[in-house]
Amino acid sequence: MVKGWRSLNPGLMHLFFGISACLAWTIQSSLGEIKIGAVSCLTGALSTFGVSSIQGAKLAVEEINAVGGTLGQPIQLIVEDNGSKAGETATILRKFISQDKVVAVLGGLTSSSTMEGAPLAQAAKLPLLTPSATNIAVTKIGNYIFRSCFIDPFTGQMMARFALDRLQAKQAIVMTDVKQDYSVGLTDAIRLYFSQSGAKILSALSYSSGDSDFRTQLTAVRMAHPEVVFLPGYYTEAALILLQARQLGIRCPFVGGEGWDSPTLVQVAGKAADGNYYTDHFSAADPDPKVQKFVQTYRAKYATLPDALAALWYDGARLLTQAVQRAGSTDPEKVREALAATRDFDGVTGRISIDDNRNASKPGVILEIVNGEPKVVQQITP
Amino acid sequence: MDKLIEMLQQLVNGVSLGSIYALIALGYTMVYGVLRFINFAHGDIYMLGAYAGFLLAPLFAHIFKFGEFDTFTPQNTLFILSGAGLIMILSMAICAALGVLIERIAYRPLRERPRLNVLITAIGVSLFLQNITQYRLGADPKAFPQLIPVHVIEGLGNLTILTSQLAIIISTIILLILLHFVVMKTKIGLAMRALSLNPTACSIMGVNNDVVISFTFALGSALAAAAGILVSMDSPSINPLMGNLPGIKAFVAAVLGGIGNIPGAALGGLIIGILETLVVAIGFPQWRDGIAFAVLIVILLFKPTGILGRVEREKV
Repeated sequence: MVKGWRSLNPGLMHLFFGISACLAWTIQSSLGEIKIGAVSCLTGALSTFGVSSIQGAKLAVEEINAVGGTLGQPIQLIVEDNGSKAGETATILRKFISQDKVVAVLGGLTSSSTMEGAPLAQAAKLPLLTPSATNIAVTKIGNYIFRSCFIDPFTGQMMARFALDRLQAKQAIVMTDVKQDYSVGLTDAIRLYFSQSGAKILSALSYSSGDSDFRTQLTAVRMAHPEVVFLPGYYTEAALILLQARQLGIRCPFVGGEGWDSPTLVQVAGKAADGNYYTDHFSAADPDPKVQKFVQTYRAKYATLPDALAALWYDGARLLTQAVQRAGSTDPEKVREALAATRDFDGVTGRISIDDNRNASKPGVILEIVNGEPKVVQQITP
Repeated sequence: MDKLIEMLQQLVNGVSLGSIYALIALGYTMVYGVLRFINFAHGDIYMLGAYAGFLLAPLFAHIFKFGEFDTFTPQNTLFILSGAGLIMILSMAICAALGVLIERIAYRPLRERPRLNVLITAIGVSLFLQNITQYRLGADPKAFPQLIPVHVIEGLGNLTILTSQLAIIISTIILLILLHFVVMKTKIGLAMRALSLNPTACSIMGVNNDVVISFTFALGSALAAAAGILVSMDSPSINPLMGNLPGIKAFVAAVLGGIGNIPGAALGGLIIGILETLVVAIGFPQWRDGIAFAVLIVILLFKPTGILGRVEREKV
């Protein structure tokens, strides 16, 4: 009898501790923090973008927490890395939904990764805001999917207009990264706007992310003698394409999108980067005091200038938390409504309003690479 | 005529790419020859070879004036080549040492265990090398310093051959001749061949198998490092995951040529390189990586011993 008691006792104790631990956890999670999941590409091919993006988002969260957080609670940013690999973002979204039980998701970095995770967020009725996925199809996934950057058709229009008006180009070649939804979407937009104005796309060439030898395609470019080459891809491949193009004696300017915006581009391409143009969301050289204040804080914290991704994710994180604040609760439906109602949000990348298609409407810039430094050539408002 | 030039052009591109695969494939095949296992960390040795060059070049930059020449001239050619050669030899030495170290730490303790154990360990070593490099040196792509001026070689008409492509092809030929000499004409080469025929008999005859295996790893890793340096001279962007795909494609090349067969690995590498270039040239760049695996499937279905491989009877 005594023996039985003793053996029962530890079991009871365990049960008791178990219950109290559960209770403590429930109390803590209800009083604790507002969890926001952030998914980006911290390692792999797009890591310089990914690291900037998370630095931008973290800076925003720190600033918000320093003045008391949102809804009287601090924000906890749960950062996950998809390694720039296909397939990972979906897994991370599942973790956010079932394990972390986040209030909203910030991300992903690219259109391809966002389109992988967004259907899961939509199915779980979890608001998702991507600060940097520009492919038009992203927000069509559902009414819980938002973005705080402009879309590819706008970038494509900027690129085509710039080539037509400033570069006086009438014959162009497009080189598309067929593995990236971003590049494919942008190519469609460029083709549409460029050929509408009576100019001609001589040929459309393709390559894949991860390639390092583009001479086969560039041999075709050289034979065609275009006046401009549109290169709507990411910096890793763009840098090598610029370098190999100049080595093969191709002299015409290349025009890219925000995918070029990384110091790695100039480091790899060297002199071959000069004289080429790209469009972007943001320039650290913008004299606007609000932008300069952000540039200074960012620089003080990370000892580097913020790139467009840092600025976009800074704005994205602030816009998202502000929406939670306006919603007055963490109820997903209320947060969704608040996000949809965003008007004239005053961000460092410009004034952001969310339209009926859950896309952002905001200005962009065109930069030229001069002696390895991007210089603002033109500002364009939609 | 234009068609002919274009064919020739793509052939040059294919051979320079194939040379890289050949150099990596040799390491797979030699290790398989002596140990009967696939060293899946071999592609990462290729990556580390490139990183060794990336870290070494700044130390010698002021002596050899890396990046200061825009073209080759008769006066500077020897100077430039000795600088690039030195970096390549040092990086090969570092990776040879690394290869030996990896074998000593990770593979030797498992030698008497089932072969699957060491195969899984090789994958673990591969992941370890990739991640430690990301952790220590950063995951973002790095610009590889310019060891030789890269420009089109004059006087070939419409045929564009870059100095870097020529460097790849010539270096590969030299390394293959050296390897042939080592394997066929030296005592250690004889020991390698003996070991691949029968390890037990080999050790009974007084050969120290451990030394031969270490040497094989050193040789294979040095060739992979050379490939890493050569590829980085040609497309100067390196990252910690750059060894993944070339490693797997070189493995396919080794299987295609006949795993364990040294000339077969070189041949397999060239075939994969040329096929890949052709696939891009005819307008299917998205199939570039797929073609190697299609070749693997076909070869495993119809001639599992590869082009130059022999059928090996299981001895009872």
